[in-house]
Amino acid sequence: MIPGSFEYHRPDSVASALEILAEYGDEARAIAGGHSLIPMMKLRMADVGHLVDLQAIADLKGITVQGDTIIIGAMTTQQELISSAELASAAPILREASLQIADPQVRYVGTIGGNVANGDPGNDLPGLMQCLDAQYTLAGRDGTREVAARDFYEAAYFTAREDDEILVSIKFRATTGGYAYEKQKRKIGDYATAAAAVLIAKDGATCSFASIAMTNLSDTPVWCEAAADALVGSSLDQAAIDAAVAAMLETIDPQEDNRGPVEFKNHVAGVILRRAIERAASRA
Amino acid sequence: MSKMQINITVNGKKQELLAEPRELLIHVLRERLGVTGPHVGCDTSHCGACTVDMDGKSVKACTVFAAQANGADITTIEGLGGPDGLHVLQQMFKEHHGLQCGFCTPGMITRAYRLLQEIPNPSEEEVRFGMAGNLCRCTGYQNIVKAILAAAAELNAAKEAAQ
Amino acid sequence: MNEMTPPKTERAAALKGLGSARKRVEDARFTQGKGNYVDDLKMPGMLFGDFVRSPYAHARIKSINADKAKAIPGVVAVLTADDLRPLNLHWMPTLAGDKQMVLADGKVLFQGQEVAFVVAEDRYVAADAVELVEVDYEELPVVVDPFKAQASDAPVLREDLEGNMEGAHGPRRHHNHIFTWEQGDKDATEAVVGSADVVAEEMVYYHRTHPCPLETCGCVASMDKVNGKLTVWGTFQAPHAVRTVASLISGIAEHNIRIISPDIGGGFGNKVGVYPGYICSIVASIVTGVPVKWVEDRMENLMATAFARDYWMQGKIAATKDGRITGLWCHVTADHGAFDACADPTKFPAGFFNICTGSYDIPTAYLAVDGVYTNKAPGGVAYRCSFRVTEAAYFIERMIEILALKLDMDPAELRAKNFIRKEQFPYQSALGWEYDSGDYQTAWDKALKAVDYEGLRREQAERVDAFKRGETRKLIGIGLTHFTEIVGAGPVKNCDILGLGMFDSCEIRIHPTGSAIARLGTISQGQGHATTFAQILASEIGIPADDITVEEGDTDTAPYGLGTYGSRSTPVAGAATAMAGRKIRAKAQMIAAYLLEVHDDDVEWDVDRFVVKGAPQRFKTMKEIAFASYNQAIPGVEPGLEAVSYYDPPNMTYPFGAYVCVMEVDVDTGEADIRKFYALDDCGTRINPMIIEGQVHGGLTEALAIAMGQEIAYDELGNVKTGTLMDFFVPTSWETPYYTTDHTVTPSPHHPIGAKGVGESPNVGGVPAFSNAVHDAFRTFGLTHTHMPHDHWRIWKIAHDLGLHG
Repeated sequence: MIPGSFEYHRPDSVASALEILAEYGDEARAIAGGHSLIPMMKLRMADVGHLVDLQAIADLKGITVQGDTIIIGAMTTQQELISSAELASAAPILREASLQIADPQVRYVGTIGGNVANGDPGNDLPGLMQCLDAQYTLAGRDGTREVAARDFYEAAYFTAREDDEILVSIKFRATTGGYAYEKQKRKIGDYATAAAAVLIAKDGATCSFASIAMTNLSDTPVWCEAAADALVGSSLDQAAIDAAVAAMLETIDPQEDNRGPVEFKNHVAGVILRRAIERAASRA
Repeated sequence: MSKMQINITVNGKKQELLAEPRELLIHVLRERLGVTGPHVGCDTSHCGACTVDMDGKSVKACTVFAAQANGADITTIEGLGGPDGLHVLQQMFKEHHGLQCGFCTPGMITRAYRLLQEIPNPSEEEVRFGMAGNLCRCTGYQNIVKAILAAAAELNAAKEAAQ
Repeated sequence: MNEMTPPKTERAAALKGLGSARKRVEDARFTQGKGNYVDDLKMPGMLFGDFVRSPYAHARIKSINADKAKAIPGVVAVLTADDLRPLNLHWMPTLAGDKQMVLADGKVLFQGQEVAFVVAEDRYVAADAVELVEVDYEELPVVVDPFKAQASDAPVLREDLEGNMEGAHGPRRHHNHIFTWEQGDKDATEAVVGSADVVAEEMVYYHRTHPCPLETCGCVASMDKVNGKLTVWGTFQAPHAVRTVASLISGIAEHNIRIISPDIGGGFGNKVGVYPGYICSIVASIVTGVPVKWVEDRMENLMATAFARDYWMQGKIAATKDGRITGLWCHVTADHGAFDACADPTKFPAGFFNICTGSYDIPTAYLAVDGVYTNKAPGGVAYRCSFRVTEAAYFIERMIEILALKLDMDPAELRAKNFIRKEQFPYQSALGWEYDSGDYQTAWDKALKAVDYEGLRREQAERVDAFKRGETRKLIGIGLTHFTEIVGAGPVKNCDILGLGMFDSCEIRIHPTGSAIARLGTISQGQGHATTFAQILASEIGIPADDITVEEGDTDTAPYGLGTYGSRSTPVAGAATAMAGRKIRAKAQMIAAYLLEVHDDDVEWDVDRFVVKGAPQRFKTMKEIAFASYNQAIPGVEPGLEAVSYYDPPNMTYPFGAYVCVMEVDVDTGEADIRKFYALDDCGTRINPMIIEGQVHGGLTEALAIAMGQEIAYDELGNVKTGTLMDFFVPTSWETPYYTTDHTVTPSPHHPIGAKGVGESPNVGGVPAFSNAVHDAFRTFGLTHTHMPHDHWRIWKIAHDLGLHG
């Protein structure tokens, strides 16, 4: 498997990267870790004339925790997410989810930005970002703008990011209460058959807050507001969980593939969500 | 397509070469520099036969462009040990029959090297999880895991003795 | 014994001979990244070849236009069938008596089929050119189902065979039919089945999968026009056979062809056949006069070179009410894909599938196999298996379980009741084999005791109760298998490939200083021959294994042999090694006697020396004898100490084993967790226990993959759905369980050292063990049989269909 030819660019600032993207328009693609894009290029399913490598842009790196706000540079690798003690305490669900992405080698180079920005419905972090209600900061030549993760995904590989914009960072609030990232996959290195990101806070025995998002069960990640609503105010009893699962099943739209038929995926989505809720509740 | 100048350090030696940006790091190593330890097994970043250590990380060299690697410091199996002195991992793979056809072995050992840098005293479960980016078709992994655990024990004993 | 002579046991241990867990001599280079695999070869001026492949499973080729491709700088040639036709190389014979297109001749018959061969300065240019070759296809109706392929109105796949109703293995009864192969007594079996107390009937499908060695197939062909010599380095499990085939089809004299198998990164049957890439590389090198390399990528490997299995096995097993098996009937529909390219011995178009009576004393049996063409890749190779033995073992071990269900009998008890008993060996099976030796009951009892079978059954029953009470969603499955293999093909009287008898060979030269080199016709792909064959020899000739070089894989230096596959190396080449060693020892005895000034009969062998009978202080070591053979003029004896043996085995060998898999199955997600796997293998005499264990671990892991998810799946249009390692299941260290290994030793009575071979046993026995565990988990809920692979959704579907999801 041999990729086609391209011109290579390694800008050292966001501004310079944006200029290159603008100059080459459709022909240009930004590359972060490259573990989604490069296989596609090797299979000649992606034709890239100008590859804009973001690795030298210092502004895109790093994890900052200020009070209860967390800002993560787009080029921060999944391995860095896993090994950050600060993050493990401010939003431990990130570590739990990141450990379930691909395999060790891929996590060393795979970035949070690449994972959330390319719009692959199989990626784990977009659903998680919806669950966290993260904001994506996109830089364009006219300045930056923020888009909520919950508004970002339009269809498989189609997002709110314009071709000449770069995702620079991701911002969300530190989590309190319980969390769980539950994923079923065929083996290490596989995408999810179904995955659920769940945050739960309790006030006494009552659920005071919940957020739920599902992965690889539609052509975009699915934030399930109704499912979360079904939990809030309940004691997280069986009836509430049943209602949450039923609400989630209303919003997903899985497709048959080698992982199994639609009926199976719906069933597994329900089981996975149930487990995630129960685990998150036990930690809340 | 035009070529670009690539400067990389491979096993401690600075290398300068001209390559198309699209050339894969694995081909630069194997075909331009004659470093044929790492292999191509799957082409899609699943098997890990091409694993090298790049700037202190285990990476799959089949999924890195030469251009991306420009400036990097790379260690392959050849850089871990040779006839004048084997790395403990190389010894333990031999001692515990951690290889058969040998095709996955360079990637396995190079990955295990980084794993033990990060987790010097791993459990069996940590080894199995940390090595899950490398496929082997011959050994069923049991003796690979055994070899890595044995290497960790040796390295730790040596460290203690040194202190 | 004089004071200087160490005791026997010490001297024997120093040899590192039979039974020693000797460390592998191969490992030094492999652990240092200094293996020499085919893609590591680099030669001056070498070009690179790459294929244009068909995106369609069945289509007519209207035109091929390579102008744009040829216009790229660095492209040297683009070969099509029209270029090969004048050389008569556009088709090639397969090992199964059929023929196969080298490059598409007018039509394509499977997705991924080779259409054109681009030759360029490097692999990047070649890949660019492949993209630019324009092929105009006209799609034809696709048949991927071997049953639909036999309908009267099914499309004609092999137009080249139209009207030819006599195939390589007898009459063809349909345009997509290849052969019918029958064994056993049909009438008697049908009578037994028709009148039995109990008959269990089932269609058992062994799905299509692929050996998928970590190194794909490839070669470098180099035609030296000055000397007229063709050298081909490649991933060949049978280098000599490749040389002969290459000579027959190319017309190049065999002495002008040299085939070299360098280090091979796993084979598992994938590297037995001859592929279009080899032929095209050879032609390209002849045309260009420089070396040409071809190495397939993983997707090409999975799509085009050598699938395995795809056997639909319809079975009926008859028994008395109390569980005594009286008959076995089986009909197989074998999907061979577009060309019959199995690598079976000529007289066995379904391999040794007639071992399907397994470990059981079944008095009456009948088997018929129909081979069928479909629009899928050719192959049908023995993936870590001795020619359809995995299929046979899976079939009988499923049928036994299904019969046990029908009889409401414990499957362990049913097996024990029907084992061929120790005293029945050599045992003549109803389907034509003579089993050499076995002690099944001892192995079985040891296995059941080791896992506490009774305790496991109790725990399983308790789990079922808990499940019914709603306390758990996980069931326990206990997968049992007692398999019997047939390996070591084989006796020349009934085993040949393309007329080449399946003997094997060893040539030994003892050097003056007492070290040695042994050359064999086999080729290791990870089995560690350089280590173990030296051990066999060490015990035979008393020279330390560390002082013996073993060399394989170069047809210019190695004696003729049929190669390494089907667990044949130890049974055949291992025997040749022992026999050649014995010739050395016989000559050494004469030399020793001469040097000791006694009669030949007055010296006796003692580990590493000949000793004068009754005078142990008078001896000559092999080291001394070796030197003497080069410097003493011994009357009537030629100088030197060399021997060669071509070993034609009198029979196959029949390794066996007892496996138990304990599995937890999640009814809701379909996930299966292997809690315990116990593998007892009896491979006769054990040459190197460390290597045997390694073989067992690896074979079990391949079995795990096959049983639990690995498949080559096609859609209705013949598109391959599992073309990368994302979808083609190869387990990582994380999914792979810990294995407990064990053994009994029942030597083969006809093998010089009693060894039987082990490489394939764990795959043959492992697949039914894993599969039976899945079935067993649902046994009490009414599951009879379901098809592999048991991936998550299929296990989920079992539970779903049984109503376990409420």
